[in-house]
Amino acid sequence: MVGESVTGLATLAAVNPVPWARSQMAFTLACHIILVPLGVSWAFMTLVANYKAVRHDDRSALVLAQRWSKYMAVTFAVGAVTGTVLSFEFGLLWPRFMGTWGDAFGVPFAFEGIFFFTEAIFVAIYIFGWRRLKPWPHFWTGVPIVIAGVFGSISVVAANAWMNAPTGFTLNSKGEIVDVDPLDVIFNDAMPLQAAHMVVAAYLVGGFMIASVYAAGLLRGRVDRYHKLGFGIAFTVAAVATPIQMGVGDSLARWVFNNQPVKFATIELVPQTGSDVPERLLGKLNDDGTVTGGVPIPGLASWLSDPSTGRATVIKGFDTVPPDERPTVAETNIVHLSWDIMVGLGTLLFLVSVWYGAMWLFRRRLPTGKWFLRVAACSGVLAIVAMEAGWVVTEVGRQPWIVYNLMKVEDAATGNTGVWITFIAVIVLYLALGITTIMVIRAMSRRFRRAGGFAELDTPYGPVAEAPPAEVVESRP
Amino acid sequence: MSTAIAVVLLLAVATYAIFGGADFGAGFWDLTAGGPERGEGPRGLIERSIGPVWEANHVWLIFIFVVTWSAFPSAFASITLTMFIPLTIAALGIVLRGASFAFRKTVVTVRFRRIFGGAFALSSLLVPFCFGAIAGGIASGQVPAGGKAGDPVDSWLNPTSLATGVLAIVLAAYLAAVFLVRNARQVGEPGMAAYFRRRAVVTGVVAAAVALIDFVVLSFGAPHVFDGLTSRALPLVIVSVASGVGTLVLLVRGASHGARALAVVAVACGIGCWGVAQWPYILPESLTFSAAAAPSGTLTALLVAVGLALLIVVPGFVLLYVLDQRQLLPEESVEDVGDRAVESGTG
Repeated sequence: MVGESVTGLATLAAVNPVPWARSQMAFTLACHIILVPLGVSWAFMTLVANYKAVRHDDRSALVLAQRWSKYMAVTFAVGAVTGTVLSFEFGLLWPRFMGTWGDAFGVPFAFEGIFFFTEAIFVAIYIFGWRRLKPWPHFWTGVPIVIAGVFGSISVVAANAWMNAPTGFTLNSKGEIVDVDPLDVIFNDAMPLQAAHMVVAAYLVGGFMIASVYAAGLLRGRVDRYHKLGFGIAFTVAAVATPIQMGVGDSLARWVFNNQPVKFATIELVPQTGSDVPERLLGKLNDDGTVTGGVPIPGLASWLSDPSTGRATVIKGFDTVPPDERPTVAETNIVHLSWDIMVGLGTLLFLVSVWYGAMWLFRRRLPTGKWFLRVAACSGVLAIVAMEAGWVVTEVGRQPWIVYNLMKVEDAATGNTGVWITFIAVIVLYLALGITTIMVIRAMSRRFRRAGGFAELDTPYGPVAEAPPAEVVESRP
Repeated sequence: MSTAIAVVLLLAVATYAIFGGADFGAGFWDLTAGGPERGEGPRGLIERSIGPVWEANHVWLIFIFVVTWSAFPSAFASITLTMFIPLTIAALGIVLRGASFAFRKTVVTVRFRRIFGGAFALSSLLVPFCFGAIAGGIASGQVPAGGKAGDPVDSWLNPTSLATGVLAIVLAAYLAAVFLVRNARQVGEPGMAAYFRRRAVVTGVVAAAVALIDFVVLSFGAPHVFDGLTSRALPLVIVSVASGVGTLVLLVRGASHGARALAVVAVACGIGCWGVAQWPYILPESLTFSAAAAPSGTLTALLVAVGLALLIVVPGFVLLYVLDQRQLLPEESVEDVGDRAVESGTG
């Protein structure tokens, strides 16, 4: 009986590999993207602490920088593994896409490889350098990590942006690429704003993620200089990034309005082309093409799309393209909800950042109220959710295209019917990987707390091991 | 220009075979180290040696993918469509290896350590086997041109693939043993040096035997490559064999230097002669490198990237590797179990 139903399930699942391939890609990317902000922005925060430590001879900042560099090595390594899987998946799940467009789409990855490699090398050297290098040279070995992190993510996003704005190639009559201009591929139309949006997101999300850990520590009564520094550095980075992100995001939305009208119609739930389009908070598209529910704010979507023409701005609707060239109703609702989540959480985080900034400006101190810290302790998770939602908007909003207006997802996927098996295996393995990562980091945290300082035998910046200051002995990030 | 890219690709494959191979081979010795008590010494050495360069090594693999999909996209599509199963196993194996390597050291009880240690070691065998089987499948012409899928099973479970897959496992174990001899000497563990020296000699002999079998299998399984090996690639074959023999001599004599370098030359020339023998085909006798090549713009961009990599990455990588080989990276000073897992950089 069981055997039969399993076979039945297998036959059912084996019918169409496309949804399975999409699910697996979505799942692995969703996991990988959580590690990206840490890989990109944590090195910067570590260097801020490192600078404080060396410049002002600040022992707590030194301990913080050392610990961060070690945690960073872990998240970086996990990111390397999940990233390796993604490069397998390009071939395994999307062979037709790679076969047709690899000569253009693949180019940015060659440069990403250089930056990633540089980052890997200097992460190792920076950690090594704590014992062997003099303070300032050691500080400078950390700088390439920051630069490589930023340019690495720009390279990857350039490839994704190319899927939204494919340029830099010539097709022959059979639709094959016969000529490639690599600069036009990398610096495609969508690339500058999309890359900026992701890099700032990396600082925003990374900052809130780290800050939330130290906010939780402060809430548990570990109120010492070490925790305040950890919280302050990370939260300041996030609070600076948040308003910048709103500006970049707004420009990117306008770029989508001008260049990907169908995606924009999906975001704003616009079935029919028209002016004076309301900005609808929540709500949904129905199968009959009507939009119901939610809170419509009259004319706002039109006004935001182009303030110069205000409510008279015409927004193109789904009616401008045939049904098979726009997202399905379900996809549309996912995109619209994700958009609301991203903007809503972004606004919330912006308000928290303003509060934090005001406290600095008027009181010259960290806000340490219970409620502020509680919100701050949640900010990491909220920022991750916002980032995931934003990524859903750009990916699902492009459906059914994998290369905008040129290739559909269903034509790109593998024909291999076994993808559902690999999808299940990947979920199990990633769960193990996630649990491992958390366990390893917790084990480190416990060990650091026991040891008090960096590690007993390490003597940062000097031949003599100093006794760690009393205040950090009981601390725990 | 497609020739230049093909050479770059071959060099990347050789580099991954050496550095990645040594890492996977360390997993083989972990698997065969015996029970928890008997295997403590070798496992400890492996754990300390495998760490920091480990994550950088997969970059070579990613680089191989990037060059293949950018420069030879239709061949990449054919290979990934045909080799879906072994590539998937290899990908899962890489994740499993990373997870279990770290997991093993965060759990305290021996029973769980054995489970995760076993997963680590097993995936260390699976991954090189799959890559060897894929190479064998490509060499024997199992991958059709034109973005089509070949036979999903026979393409990597044919005699050539099996022989090459086993050869990959043995070569990885051999490289790792040679590397570990040197590492053991550097940390002042003569007992471990002797332990791995014996194993290096044995796997060296086994590798020679398997290579000979593979050679015979190629004669009927992959005639084009076999013809190449016995003609244009013959000088490389001779260098490879001579270096292999030289390594064995040095190992048996217990020489302190040279064995590692010669072993690297032997494996690199082994990969090199595969490439030369298969020339001019990326997919033997159905698709040449030049026919599969992307437009010149793409190839130029790739060569620029390679040039930049030579300028930026290679000095850094050499520095990192030297630091690691001199045991200067911080792993060695840390006693704590949980922390070592972390610095080993596996997560």
